[in-house]
Amino acid sequence: MIEKAFKGSTGYWVWMLFLLSIMGVGGLCYVQQFNYGLGITGMSRDVTWGVYISQFTFLVGVAAGGLMLVLPYYIHNYKAFGRIVILGEFMAIAAIAMCLMFIIADLGQPMRAMNVLLHPTPNSMLFWDMIVLNGYLFLNILCGWVVLQSEYKGVKYPKWIKPFIYLSIPWAISIHTVTAFLYCGLPGRHFWLTAILAPRFLASAFAAGPALLMVIAMILKKTTKFDVGREAQDKLVTIIGYAAMLNFFFLGCEFFVAYYSQIPGHMHTLDYLFWGLGHGDQVYNNLVPFMRASVIMGLAGIALIFVSRAKQSDGLLVISCLLIFIAFWIDKGLGLVLGGFVPSPLEYVTEYVPSVQELGITAAIWATGFFILSILYKVAISVKLEKEA
Amino acid sequence: MDSKRRDFLKIAGLTAIAGIAAPSAFNTLLKGEAIASAGQAAAGGHGAAAPTGKRYGMVIDVKKFTENPGLAEQCVSACHTIHNVPDFGNRKDEVKWIWIESYEHTFPTESQYKRPDALKDMPILTLCNHCDNPPCVRACPTKATYKKKDGIVGMDYHRCIGCRFCMAACPYGARSFNWRDPRGKDANGQPFIKAENPKYPTRMRGVVEKCNFCTERLAIGQIPACVEVAAQTKALVFGDMNDPNSEISQVLKTSFTIQRNPAIGTHPSLFYII
Ligand code: SF4
Ligand code: SF4
Ligand code: SF4
Repeated sequence: MIEKAFKGSTGYWVWMLFLLSIMGVGGLCYVQQFNYGLGITGMSRDVTWGVYISQFTFLVGVAAGGLMLVLPYYIHNYKAFGRIVILGEFMAIAAIAMCLMFIIADLGQPMRAMNVLLHPTPNSMLFWDMIVLNGYLFLNILCGWVVLQSEYKGVKYPKWIKPFIYLSIPWAISIHTVTAFLYCGLPGRHFWLTAILAPRFLASAFAAGPALLMVIAMILKKTTKFDVGREAQDKLVTIIGYAAMLNFFFLGCEFFVAYYSQIPGHMHTLDYLFWGLGHGDQVYNNLVPFMRASVIMGLAGIALIFVSRAKQSDGLLVISCLLIFIAFWIDKGLGLVLGGFVPSPLEYVTEYVPSVQELGITAAIWATGFFILSILYKVAISVKLEKEA
Repeated sequence: MDSKRRDFLKIAGLTAIAGIAAPSAFNTLLKGEAIASAGQAAAGGHGAAAPTGKRYGMVIDVKKFTENPGLAEQCVSACHTIHNVPDFGNRKDEVKWIWIESYEHTFPTESQYKRPDALKDMPILTLCNHCDNPPCVRACPTKATYKKKDGIVGMDYHRCIGCRFCMAACPYGARSFNWRDPRGKDANGQPFIKAENPKYPTRMRGVVEKCNFCTERLAIGQIPACVEVAAQTKALVFGDMNDPNSEISQVLKTSFTIQRNPAIGTHPSLFYII
């Protein structure tokens, strides 16, 4: 089956070479970081996590988003997702692979990563995150591959795979819950210390994951003969739209608690993210334009996605999904992690700007993710089209 | 029995087992902390009582540092020299075990209204609190940060993977990361560690470090370096807080002290006399 990844159009090869070149440049940046240390990044004593960990957090959501396809298809027997569900499972594989790469990129002593398993520490949420992420990676490789292989052979998937598919459903929830627990269990970091963090993570995941999937599905529709089908598209619009609304509802709850209670610690980070935080005689507002854009894009995306369905417009659908995806990428891939460090526990304000090398490594990991995704999708789509022909 | 019903009973049975097992599993997860804090609540309160056994602590008499200008700086430099703490010369890469901080930054949770003028420029020494309930230990995925029986929160530089989860977890900003090689030299060829003390290990790049309450000195019967510097003035008092006859116990019994942000339940072992 895998041989299908080695046969493709010129466009396919150009795309893969493009990804490989980004990976190469990023690889060089990583060599620099490996030799110099993490000081090469923009992180500092006060802002100890940067784009690596924030990308990791966001991508856990993208991986968990696959659940929104697996659940209707396998549990509710929703046949219209028959063609798209495999895309969801394979996207989870690529996303988790990126997550693991981002964690390794962020370690000060990457060669010691195995210490997490050599000295298992159940009271650390990072230990559990490692377990659930690797477990989810395994489950998705197993389920995705076995189901596709059966289809390739023209038989129904074997019975023994069913329990694994069922297991992958709560597991998807667990990866994002445990990832939220990394943050929301820390005393003294007010912005993260909120019980609604895990639900909010899940809501944004169930919007951003399927939104990205939808964009890819539309690209495939244009470039290949692979069409996920109108019904699946329309159903996904409902899922993305409502999940995105839920995310904004949760965000609203955060705003209410902070500004109605007037507890300074609760307001500081929101001030910093959305209005700028005055400290001494300076106002710190690095992230303000991004965060505001995120809210506007998210709300516009929600409105447009329903319009796109009413008008049956694929173009509008792609635009609205992109808006939602980027909005949540800013919200979680930037604001959530970086905001948590401002102000510091001693109430200093240190702003963070990623370095060129850091951005290079980040781009390379994204490129690697898309590289994996392209191979997997190439195989899946070839099999699907072949069987249907 | 039809199959649906049988399935239901199976699920119900499993759920019941899970329900019974969950609380005990949860307690194991928290290493009995839940039981401990419920069991030995302080008289009249509902917080956890101080643990028994040895527990090292420190009292910092802030006024004495104003009375003795330069003393705070001497404490800092004694610690950093003895422990080979590198000086990178910039805030971004900074590594520090003990440092001088202002009142408003040391105690941001205290009221900042109408403070005495004297507080404004008062140098306040800040270091790891060796919390009795340390969030950094809870967060560390490798046990590279651990709590010892005597209450000291220690670090294993050889096990640390440099994930910096402990830095996000510490509510007192007490931890530093080696963003670059502390054994290296700056652009002018000056080493970051001015004069290396062969009796204490230097660290490698990519690990976290912090004040260790001078574990290595206590082991050979010496008092912490910063306390030794301040010994004459008694600005710093160090000792076993659970020994009723220790000097620190006497000070704690007779003076009003405050801790940094006690509301978050970390139970710091540092006490300040303002
Ligand atoms: S002050 Fe910070 S580093 Fe020290 S024990 Fe407490 S939480 Fe850990
Ligand atoms: S940086 Fe080191 S000490 Fe801190 S949590 Fe990670 S492994 Fe533990
Ligand atoms: S107790 Fe020791 S390690 Fe801690 S600040 Fe004082 S001299 Fe440094």
